[in-house]
Amino acid sequence: MTLAACALVLIGGFFGGISRFFLSGFVGRGVGETFPWGTLAVNVSGALAIGAFAGAARAVGGVFASDLVRDLIVVGLFGGYTTVSSFCLQTLNLALDGERQLAVFNVVASAALCVLFVALGFWAVVWMAG
Amino acid sequence: MTGGGTQATRLYLAVGCGAAIGSLARFLSGYVVVSLLELNALYATAFVNVVGSWIIMFFATLTRPDGRLMVGSAGRNFVMGGFCGGLTTFSAMSLDTFILLLEGDVRQAATYLVSVVALSLGSAWLGYAMAARINR
Repeated sequence: MTLAACALVLIGGFFGGISRFFLSGFVGRGVGETFPWGTLAVNVSGALAIGAFAGAARAVGGVFASDLVRDLIVVGLFGGYTTVSSFCLQTLNLALDGERQLAVFNVVASAALCVLFVALGFWAVVWMAG
Repeated sequence: MTGGGTQATRLYLAVGCGAAIGSLARFLSGYVVVSLLELNALYATAFVNVVGSWIIMFFATLTRPDGRLMVGSAGRNFVMGGFCGGLTTFSAMSLDTFILLLEGDVRQAATYLVSVVALSLGSAWLGYAMAARINR
């Protein structure tokens, strides 16, 4: 818990947030806003990235296992990029609009795909690192 | 044209600054939960997700067109897409779940993921209900 760590989290969180805003807006404009595909794309890609980073920390070590790099990339960038709050807001809005099946689908798809993509990212890097 | 560009820049800055502050709040609450309260890091992720989900739905409902509070789009983006998005994290929650699976703790992994998602949705609904009551 140092000032440097806090500064790195602030920087990572800033870029994570604007990346999420860009991608969720881009996907939303592309496929429509009825179903929150944008947030799903953000959370699934963030899951792949954090899984890959965790794989690198374990199999490669070095810079990937350093606390300050972790604070910048994992806590700041990936943490700021992915979101549970927008996921809840959009799920609840689907349910309140009477789209219960879509709401349930969003919950199941988000949870299952995110854990699956963490595993994919993790094992891909561990495998590539030999 | 320049006006549109400036507005987009304002929204991006609002989200970025909110997300930076939200991420720092997540980092600091993780420190409090893990180092001061000496609880498992799983509780830190659960806490920020449940709290952030309450805030976003409470704020979104309070500031909707027929809500009590008038907030412009930059302000809404700062709080919702920015602060709440930065405070909450789907990636850490998924990684925590995966690591529990990797350790062979399938039951705890399932319990953790299901309960954090359910509690976050429940607190979002609570935020909605409380703000809707204030709006009346």
